[in-house]
Amino acid sequence: MSDISFVRTEMLPEQEPPASTVGAIGWARENLFSNWFNSLLTVISIYFIYMVLKGALPWMLSPTWNGTSLAHCREILTEAGRVTDHGVSGACWGVINERWQQLLFGFYPNGSEPGTTDLRWRPVLAFLLMGVALAPVLFADKVPSKLLYFSAAYPFIFPWLLWGGTIWGPLSAALGFVIGYFVYRFVSSAFSGLIGIILGVVCAVVWWLVLSSLFVGAMNSILPIGIEAVESRKFGGFMLSITIGVVAIACSLPLGIVLALGRQSDLMIVKFLCVGFIEFIRGVPLITLLFVASTLLNIFMPPGTNFDIILRVLIMVTLFAAAYMAEVIRGGLAALPKGQYEGADSLGLNYWQAQRLIIMPQALKISIPGIVSTFIGVFKDTVLVSIIGLLDPLGLSNAIRADANWNGIVWEIYGFIGLLFFIFCFSMSRYSMYLERKLQTGHR
Amino acid sequence: MKKSVLLGAFTVAGLAAGMAAAGTKDDVQARGKLNCGVTTGLVGFAAPDANGEWEGFDVAVCRGVAAAVLGDPKAVEFVPTTGKTRFTALASGEIDMLARNTTWTFSRDVDLKFEFTGVNYYDGQGFMVPKELGVSSAKELDGATVCIQTGTTTELNLADFFRTNNISYEPVPIETNAEAQQQYLAGACDVYTTDASGLAATRASFEDPSAHVLLPEIISKEPLGPLVRHGDNEWGDIVRWTLNALITAEELGVTSANIGEVASSTNNPEIKRLLGSEGTLGEMLGLDAEWAKRAIMAGGNYGEIFAKNIGEDTPIGLARGLNAQWTNGGLLYSPPFR
Amino acid sequence: MSSITDPGKQQFRLSMLIYDTRYRSGTIQVIAMIGFMLLAAWLISNTAQNLAALGKPIDFGFFSEPASYDINQRLLDYTSRDSHLRAALVGLLNTLVVAVLGCITATILGVIIGVLRLSHNWLIARLMTIYVEMFRNVPVLLWIVFIMAILIETLPAPRAFKGVETGALVLTNRGFYIPEALFSRSLGDIHLLGESSLRFDVSLDFIAIIVVLVASLYASHVIKTRADRIQAATGDRPTTWYLRLGVVVVPMVLLLVALGFHLGMPELKGFNFKGGTHLRNSLIALWLALSLYTAAFIAEIVRAGIMAISHGQTEAAAALGLRPNRIMSLVVLPQALRVIIPPLISNYLNLTKNSSLAIAVGYMDITGTLGGITMNQTGRELECILLLMLVYLTISLSISAVMNWYNESVKLKER
Repeated sequence: MSDISFVRTEMLPEQEPPASTVGAIGWARENLFSNWFNSLLTVISIYFIYMVLKGALPWMLSPTWNGTSLAHCREILTEAGRVTDHGVSGACWGVINERWQQLLFGFYPNGSEPGTTDLRWRPVLAFLLMGVALAPVLFADKVPSKLLYFSAAYPFIFPWLLWGGTIWGPLSAALGFVIGYFVYRFVSSAFSGLIGIILGVVCAVVWWLVLSSLFVGAMNSILPIGIEAVESRKFGGFMLSITIGVVAIACSLPLGIVLALGRQSDLMIVKFLCVGFIEFIRGVPLITLLFVASTLLNIFMPPGTNFDIILRVLIMVTLFAAAYMAEVIRGGLAALPKGQYEGADSLGLNYWQAQRLIIMPQALKISIPGIVSTFIGVFKDTVLVSIIGLLDPLGLSNAIRADANWNGIVWEIYGFIGLLFFIFCFSMSRYSMYLERKLQTGHR
Repeated sequence: MKKSVLLGAFTVAGLAAGMAAAGTKDDVQARGKLNCGVTTGLVGFAAPDANGEWEGFDVAVCRGVAAAVLGDPKAVEFVPTTGKTRFTALASGEIDMLARNTTWTFSRDVDLKFEFTGVNYYDGQGFMVPKELGVSSAKELDGATVCIQTGTTTELNLADFFRTNNISYEPVPIETNAEAQQQYLAGACDVYTTDASGLAATRASFEDPSAHVLLPEIISKEPLGPLVRHGDNEWGDIVRWTLNALITAEELGVTSANIGEVASSTNNPEIKRLLGSEGTLGEMLGLDAEWAKRAIMAGGNYGEIFAKNIGEDTPIGLARGLNAQWTNGGLLYSPPFR
Repeated sequence: MSSITDPGKQQFRLSMLIYDTRYRSGTIQVIAMIGFMLLAAWLISNTAQNLAALGKPIDFGFFSEPASYDINQRLLDYTSRDSHLRAALVGLLNTLVVAVLGCITATILGVIIGVLRLSHNWLIARLMTIYVEMFRNVPVLLWIVFIMAILIETLPAPRAFKGVETGALVLTNRGFYIPEALFSRSLGDIHLLGESSLRFDVSLDFIAIIVVLVASLYASHVIKTRADRIQAATGDRPTTWYLRLGVVVVPMVLLLVALGFHLGMPELKGFNFKGGTHLRNSLIALWLALSLYTAAFIAEIVRAGIMAISHGQTEAAAALGLRPNRIMSLVVLPQALRVIIPPLISNYLNLTKNSSLAIAVGYMDITGTLGGITMNQTGRELECILLLMLVYLTISLSISAVMNWYNESVKLKER
């Protein structure tokens, strides 16, 4: 017998799928040209992208990084032969080269004046430490929980690093909380919880308003430890925006919790006051509140009191953020199943115990994405302070354009500011989405 | 319990406030810094450089006052103010003086209760148009689009001017000079109107200044000067006479360069009184004898300040014009130091 | 055995105010009330003292004085001799105009972008994502000044049109000129409220058009109900589209002819275009920036709303034999709307409040007139800002009231 067989014994190699369904072409057919309408849309989009890039790219790729003034930039561009019929074309990046540090730090001491040192490491450190302090809250599963102690201390470290001055200031502020807590513990075990809370708050307030300045003065004369003080007027640029955003959110969180609880409360008058406050703040634009900060707040204070405009802006932005925060937290409270409240009641917990042990931890956790997006909103809204004359990035852009060297610059600064805002807000919104996904799986 | 504590706290706050309300001069000296209101940025008059140092014509006045009162021209906190916030900042005590090219008007002086301490720049509202429009008088501007800065007296003057001449126009209100310049150059408005100094400064920064003309009409008087609050005459005197010292120094030929030499060699009694080697003028102001000397050394006399910030050798290139000394046919006329 | 004893009639003791839950809530409320009133009294007394020291008692008298500044975009007749009150009124109308225009375009754009983000076309979906992220993550104020700068820098100035034949729509860097409606046999205006600051004119032509439109729409509705009735009774639906179209179009055309309707075209005369309606670039920039910015948020809301409808709904509707467009209009949309509307309301509110940023581009809204020039020229900060807040509060509360009422009417009626 011959060994000719008519049956193939080995497998044929698999054939390539038709070229039109795999690879780039297949992908394009699937995703870009699946029908005539899609094809039309694709062609229009490609044309649009082409036009945008054609307009913007040559302008952006401009050899002017070392320009020292707008006129110098024009010279450089003329030498490079970039002359069109509308004058020279191309960005003048020299302004960013010269001013980027100012746009980031404002007038924070940079050691340029004789007798001063470069203090800009302090805000940088403060914002880096903020990442560390937030880590136990934001990435609870990835960092040791001991870090929470640092997070608790951070609200006192942050202003100290930014504003400087004696170390006893933040310490005495922290001491107020400790005093209030101990008074509460002592009184509530002796009498009742409500009296404890009231007395605790009163003692802390008395400490802050009356005694702490004496304490700081005394301690400072005994043991003067401190770093160079920086006035808030020196704050500017992105540092100012971030500071306003962070301080406003941090201060508005407790205020927002109180307002949210008040709004949900059964007590008529309390509820009325809270709803009135929240709806009033949410009903008016931030710019009117900033007008209040810049023109009216001093009129509302006792005659002669005067605190600087940044502090006044911080107060008003905090009140503004608190109203929005209250609504976010109210959403978190409403999202909790009713069983949680009933469970707490059935364990015999009183109102505050239930809030502290059962309700708030869960409600706040659910609210974190909302809190992050409120923060993004407040952070973006901080550019409004340029309208009342503070030198945030947008305000600085005007000041820079008033410099005789850079008079006439438009796009470069706006582009730079927009880009930085985008990077900051985009990364935060991505984080908030990640968090939302993580929290969602936790519920299922 | 709670009520009394709250009241107690308020009383304390009130006391602290009461203590702060001494004279402005004492406040400034106790603080060690002069809080001076300036613009958020106007070419030649006030703008921060890359290091955050403020420079300009108005800024120099602040520095002069700081040098006179505190002995250090750098001891100034510059508070940027907008057209909206400047008067409240001054009225509320947030700033000690305002040097923000502010026009001296009746209502600001009397109704808003401020004290103008002199004039550091005589200005007037003018018009700038592109040459190609072929306009030679503001009366030919019927139907034109006019860029104006809001929050200033210019928009009131403009409305009055067009109304009295019975011609129509389209106002385009703009917040800052930089934006006005952008709109004007792009042709979004036919005319740009503001103080003539501002127009000249703006025109100087154009790529082709010769393509634009300033129209001959000056439609208003704009005496610009530093101002302080009503009711603190000592402080008002200090600011007024510091400005006068700068002007007088130019008239007498005292500059920041020759001041040391002049002080020791001069026989002119007025110079001697000005520089404190004779008489007790400084003491009368509540300052030391050398206050004016320091103010002049801070940035030079009026002429030097003018030449350095907005004069003909700067990109802004303003001629002295009305702001020349009275001896040269200008309006600068300081009362005598006697 | 236990027996229930009636709680004895207790003597009221002071400590019960704190320990007894029956009274405790009252105690807390009284304390809160006292605290609030103390705070308010403190603020008011401070304000009174400070104002007395400044010599500026609260006084709204300045409202009747001449404003003496000009406003470029005025929907009411206004000159610089009119009062501050009228200037504020002109500003208020400008605020409302940009808010309404903005809400409409933002909704349209937002819906389109939201749907396109779910598109199967990879490029389109990516582009729309970029759009949404770009606008959401950059402050709206920056967008407003940026778009204003683009309008000013890229469009030609009116003098570039010298000797050029222009069409009905002219785009210049001073704004857009569009044809305006003119009536050669106009019925005239009615002047209301005499010479007071609140006076306004009503065009009779406009009223006539509205009356005819409402009447013909009603007639069309009657025809539709009749057709529905016939369909319900006989199963045959009479063809009515030409009747309904005719009843709307014919009276309107007749009226317009009777009024001598024609379009006024913009023409270059002197420095500017004359004729036509001038949409100033401050309005365009503000309108565009607010709509584009808010549209990015609305797109996300729409996308979330559509994705919230479970696929089972669509499949069930298809199983019932509904056609795709009917599925959309009868099943998906009504349900998605319920998810979409509450956040949509808050976006409308945000847009209205953001319109106060108009001062950045010199659009004369109420913040620019009452809270800007008037405040500046009169130095009456307290009165102006309080009034400004009151106006915005009223607008916000009315928008939420109207939208909540609408939301109530589309809400799922649970039984």
